[in-house]
Order: sequence, then C-alpha cells, then structure tokens
Amino acid sequence: MNENKVLHSVAALFDTPDKIINAARKVKDAGYTMFDVNTSYPVHGMDKAMGLGQSKIGYVTLFFGFAGAVFIFLFMGWSMAINYPYIVGGKPFFPYQAFIPITFEVTVLCGSIATVVGMLAVFFNLPFLSHPIHGSNYIKEVSVDKFGVVIEAEDPLFDKNKVFEFFKNLGAGKIEFIYEPEKQAIKILQPKFIVFLAVVAALTSFSTYFTLNKLMYIVPFNWMDNQKKSNPQSETNFFYDGYAMRTPVEGTVARGFMPYPFHEQALPSEPLANPTLPTKQILKIGQEKFLTFCSPCHGNYAEGVSRLMGQFPPGPTLHSAKIIGYSDGMIYNIITNGQNAMPSYAYQIPREQRWAIIDYIRVLQRAQNPKPSDFQAIKELNKESGKNVVN
Amino acid sequence: MNIDYTKELVLVEGNPRLADIDEIITRPLTQPPTRKFYIALSISGAALLIGAYSLWLTLYYGIGMWGNNIPVGWAFDITNFVFWIGIGHAGTLISAILFLLRQRWRTGIARFAEGMTIFAVMTAGIFPVIHLGRPWLAGYLIPYPNQHLLWPNFVSPLLWDVFAVSTYFTVSLMFWYMGLIPDFAILRDKTVDKIKKTIYSIFSLGWRHSNRHWRHYEKTYMIMAGLATPLVLSVHTIVSFDFAVSLIPGWHTTIFPPYFVAGAIYSGFAMVMTVLIFVRKVFDMENIITLNHLERMAKVMLLTGSLVAYAYLMEFFIAWYSQVPAEQYDFWARVVGPYRWAWYFMISCNALIPQLIWFKKVRRSVTMLFVISICANIGMWFERFVIIVQSLSRDYLPSSWHMFTPTLVDFGVLTGSFGLFFTLVLLFAKTMPVISIVETKSVLEGSQPSVHGGSHHE
Repeated sequence: MNENKVLHSVAALFDTPDKIINAARKVKDAGYTMFDVNTSYPVHGMDKAMGLGQSKIGYVTLFFGFAGAVFIFLFMGWSMAINYPYIVGGKPFFPYQAFIPITFEVTVLCGSIATVVGMLAVFFNLPFLSHPIHGSNYIKEVSVDKFGVVIEAEDPLFDKNKVFEFFKNLGAGKIEFIYEPEKQAIKILQPKFIVFLAVVAALTSFSTYFTLNKLMYIVPFNWMDNQKKSNPQSETNFFYDGYAMRTPVEGTVARGFMPYPFHEQALPSEPLANPTLPTKQILKIGQEKFLTFCSPCHGNYAEGVSRLMGQFPPGPTLHSAKIIGYSDGMIYNIITNGQNAMPSYAYQIPREQRWAIIDYIRVLQRAQNPKPSDFQAIKELNKESGKNVVN
Repeated sequence: MNIDYTKELVLVEGNPRLADIDEIITRPLTQPPTRKFYIALSISGAALLIGAYSLWLTLYYGIGMWGNNIPVGWAFDITNFVFWIGIGHAGTLISAILFLLRQRWRTGIARFAEGMTIFAVMTAGIFPVIHLGRPWLAGYLIPYPNQHLLWPNFVSPLLWDVFAVSTYFTVSLMFWYMGLIPDFAILRDKTVDKIKKTIYSIFSLGWRHSNRHWRHYEKTYMIMAGLATPLVLSVHTIVSFDFAVSLIPGWHTTIFPPYFVAGAIYSGFAMVMTVLIFVRKVFDMENIITLNHLERMAKVMLLTGSLVAYAYLMEFFIAWYSQVPAEQYDFWARVVGPYRWAWYFMISCNALIPQLIWFKKVRRSVTMLFVISICANIGMWFERFVIIVQSLSRDYLPSSWHMFTPTLVDFGVLTGSFGLFFTLVLLFAKTMPVISIVETKSVLEGSQPSVHGGSHHE
C-alpha cells in the first residue's frame, strides 16, 4: 500500500443481502456514524439496520408544489383581470373555474422538478464524479452482485487496523482500502486549454454574429406578402410610364359625383335651388354642422361675434341685409368655393349638409327679424302645449 | 396451461443470478448491431425520411398541401396528435399507477413504456405546432412579457393543452431519467471502453449506489409516482376538453374525459405490447419480459377496451336521450353516413376484437396478442378520425357539409410520425438499458434479505 496517499475509507464486500443487513447493523451498533452501505439496488430493511429515519424530501415537493399553484393562480388572475382585462366568451374577468387545469399542471410541474433537482443537487450533492470510491475495485463489484459497506476515515472512532479486524470478524469477503485520488495539478496555460478557449471564442463570436445579423433577419416564408402583382404607389415595368397605378381617362366622372358646375366662379348662382325642405330633421343636421364648421368665425348665432375673435380675420355677421338678400344658391356657392378669407368647405361638408346649413342660417336670420305672423304662430303653439315657448 | 392465479406469478423466469441480469439487459448495448437491427432501422428511417419530406412540403408551401378545408379544419394533424398523446399514456401509467398499486410485474416493462411515452409525446408535439400553419408563432402560447403587452388566453382549452402536454413531457422525462441514473452507474462500472465510460459517467452524475441515497431516491420515486398519477389522467382529460368544450355535435359531450383516458390507456398498452413482443424476440429477453407480463397487459387492454366500448354505446344513448336533432343525426351518420367504414373499423378493432382476451388460450398466445394489439392501434387511430373528421364534416348547417379527402402529404406526415417514433425506440433499445436493471434485481428470487429488518422500503 502506498503510504503517501491519504486514506479515505475502508470498504468490505459481502455476498448476500442477509450478511450485509447484519453487517450494517453491527457497524451502527459499534458506534460508527460516517459509514455507508453500497448496493446496486435498494435492499429492504437497510434503512432500519443503518439507523436512518424517514426521508424529508416530501417537504420540498409540498413547498414548491404549493408555491407553484399559488403563483400561477394569482398570475392568471392578474393577467386576465388586472393587467389586460378583456372579455372572452362572455365569461367574467376572473373565471377561476377555468384556471383549475393550468393550476393543477403547474403544481405538478413545480413539485416534481423541485423534488428531483433538489434530491440530486442538494440532498446528494451530485454530480460528484471525483468521489474517491469511483476509482476503486469495490464499486465495480458492488454494482454487479456484491454488497458493500464502507467506514470513512473521518469517523471519530476510525482506526485503520481496528476497522480491518472488525470487518474480518463480520465475515467480509474482500476488504479494500480506498484512498483519496491524487490531486492533479492543472496548468491553466497548457496548449490544449488555450486551443479550447480559442475555439470557444471563435464559435461564440460566430454564432452571435450569425444570430444577431443573419438569423434574426431571415424572412420566414411569406407567400402572402410577396404576390406577383403590382401594389398601389409602386413601380412596374408593365406600363410605359413605369407607374403601377393608372390615371382615369380624361373627363371621367366617378359614380355619384357630379362635378360642381360653378367651380371657382364667384357669380351669383341663380340656377341653384335648395333641394332640401326645412324639416326638423334637416334643421338638426344643419345646426350640428353649422356649429362645427361655421360658428368658429361667424359665431354661434351667426351674429359675427365668435370665439376666434382677434385670432383670425373676423367672419361677418350673417344678419346683414345683404346676406339676407342672398339666394340659397348664392350662399351655397360661397360655402363651396370660399370667398375672401373664407376657404372652400367642399371637401369637409357634403353637398346635402351644405344645403342643411343654409336652411339653418335662414332659421337664425328669421329669429333675428321675426314677422308678426311668427308671434301669432308661437302663441297658438303655446295654447296647444300649455307652455310658454318664447320665454 | 393450468395456472394458479391465486399465487403471484414468476416475475423473472429461469432463476438467473444477479450478475446474469446485467448480462441479459445490457447485451444489446455491448454487442455490435445485428442484421435484424439494421433492417428494422432502415425501415423506420425510410418512413422518417418520407415524413421529413412531407413536413418540408408542408412548411414550404403551407398547410394547403393537406386535405383540410372548411368545415373539416382539423383532420389528420389533430387525429395524429391525439393518437400519439394517447400512446404516450401507457408509460406513465405503468411506471406510476402500477407502482403505487404495488404491481411488481411492472418492472420488466416500465422502463420501455416510459421511453415510449417520451417518444410518443415528442411525436405528438409536432402536430399542433405544424397545424398552426406559421409554426414560428408557437412561442406566443408561452406566457412571457412580450412587446404586444398581451397574455395568452388562460380560459382556452387549447392553452390548457400546452401546459398539460409540456408538463407531461417534462415530468415523464425526469421520471425516466431518474430511473436511468443507477442503471447508468452500473453500466459505467461495467464498461471498459473509455468513450462509453465518459458518457455513462456524465449521465450517471457520479451515482455510487449508496444506501444513504437510496433512502431519498425511493421516497422521491414514490412522490413522483404520486404526482404523475393524477397528471397522466389529467393530460388526456384536457385533450378531450379541446373537443368537449366546443359546440360541434359529436364533440360537445361530458363523457369525453373518462372516455378519452380509457382509450388512451388502451391504445398505449396496445403499442407497448406491439413493441415489446418485437423487442423480447429481437434481444432475447423472453425470461424477463415473460408471457405473464403480456397476459397482464392484455387484461388491462380488455378492461380499458371494454370501457371504451361502453363509452361508444353511451354516446349513442345520450344522443338519443338528448333530443337534439343535430346530435342524433351526427351519430346516425357515423353508422350509415359516408364515413361509416371508419366507424366500422373503430367498433370492430376497439370493442369487438379485444373481447377475445376473455379466452385464456388467446391471451397466452403471443401471435394472437400481437394481432390484437395491432388491431387496437388501428382502431384507436380511426376512433380519433371518426370523432374529428366525421363530426366536423356533418355539423349544424347541411349547406356547409363537406367531405375530407386526405392528400399524399397527409399520409406522408402520418408515415413520418411512425418513422420518428420507431427510430427513436430502436435507438433507445440499442443505447440504453430497456429494462430497469435495478428494479429487476430487486425483485429477483433471493435478492432481498430473508428476514426483513422490520421496516419495508417505501
């Protein structure tokens, strides 16, 4: 035996399960604590013989399984009810019944991962490939059909010769001294390691470059995006002028869009007649559009006092005798073409609404200059409804 | 033929010694591949290549290469998914439920069944992803804080499916690997080849057969079995929710969860049986995977097959009892409609043929069991086909009724799924111990102390 080596443990091999159970019990009774039994399969009754209690691994499962369940349940509730609430299939924002399947799955997932990883990494401290026992003949025999017991040198009662005798008396087949593996001095700057580092560096930089500059920009199949057709606003070789879009033939009139015959002409358009009747519905539209488009300059009652006063060239009052004297067609022409500082509203107000606005302007004008017959009509209305409309 | 069923049957025949067990189980790993292995591998590899080409066509041109069309938007893809997920149920059932029930005969078949579970779930996992049409968008199913500020819809059964299948795969993989660690350690101590030794050392994590480890290991194994048992039942339940929660006649039924679980176990056992009959022959493992094992598996098939048959009848009863004309028509159309051939396949393979197992002569005949298990596999595929395609092609609006016609690519992908599964199974059988060395040793005659120390290992 090599005296330079550090003794790790003494190991003894036994032939039958009965003998190993007996040996384990004797070792325990002799007061050793740093000992272990190695068998290639779990032998029944060994835990009791070695004096080991129940495994506590179940608490790991319980804790992590429960934690996973609580987390995922609250997370689902938070994401669907608080972070981005939206209604799915008429269910409430917090449909806890529908969370049961996923809560269950995550419980199992967290519980089992924690148990297995915890057992291997924390309870067993694996991977542990450099354990002294791995180099021995002892483990080779134990893994086939022998049963072994080891007493480690760190045990307070350990004495090399005593343990040897002890095992012999127990009827051990073979007894082996297991030594700590020699510490191999690893030189950091050996050529192999430098080559290894260089290869790792090259691979890392290449894959990083490839991922960030190439892979990220590979377009997945996009048959729907790239079709063999010309899109609006794009070029084409098909037409002589290179435009994919065609201009309509000169003089084309779009359906339902008769051109305005007095486009940019300031003449009083007597031929234009108001096609609308001043019904309640039309006046309602006219009021709405007047308040939207006209009132900023002309004022809410067309009186020329407006909220843009002082910021913009003031709109004149529409209650002047001149404007009262305008025909409907004249006003329509002004709205359509614009006049002086007033721009054209042809693109903002559809035709029917322009006429409705004119109807509403007529109402405003009449309200400023009522006729006696109007008072008479209001009186009659008041009589009918029992209310005082004028006040 | 006179078997006394009142006594526990022999688990390992021929009374081998502990060292023989190592020898028998690791033989495929240590010997060079045989001619039989190469023939099998080339067949499954060819199927895999067909599948790869079909998959390429699917990905390159899109899922228009399949026969799917409105109203049959789910066809071969989802049929295959449910079929393979079902196959995957036997493994965890054998390793978890039979473990909790102290069925020691499971030792001979558990590892293999677990491996098959993993491969079947891997195969199944392909289908929902390619079914998306834009498979790279599958990542949106995972709840992560993305730039759209959106979370997945946790109320959808399709999302439950994602969680169920991925959990099932992870847990099965861990369960399988956990069982393999001590076996890898045995292989590591046995081998003299340097490369093999390195590989086995890495995978065995430095396991040293310590009883201080066995103590926690056995407890963990039991906890994992306890967690996997409800899990295995939940997975196909959730798969069945994909259908049951919708409103299509023929899908919207409350019997689906138990019916799907029974069907999954039935098809899973059938597939395990099919493959094991091959493996015990090819690798000379008749002593460890005995006729007794096959007989017990046949009994499970008889039970679950009868449950499935009951569910078929109950579906018809409920359709009649519901007084819903669309539901009634759908079930009537299964029998006399354009897809009746699929329904007859399903009924005869799943409900009638397994009834032969009642006869002892049949269930102790390897040839008959092989035929029955093949029938069960075919029948279970057609069951999913009937449920999915038949129900979709005959929904509420007669004006939208339409037949589904599979394309060559559909068949190619189906062939490829079998190719992938069997290639993985063959490679597994050649590279890893397909039977748990540890568990087989521990149930061997004389491997446990004659007088227990009073306590029984968990």
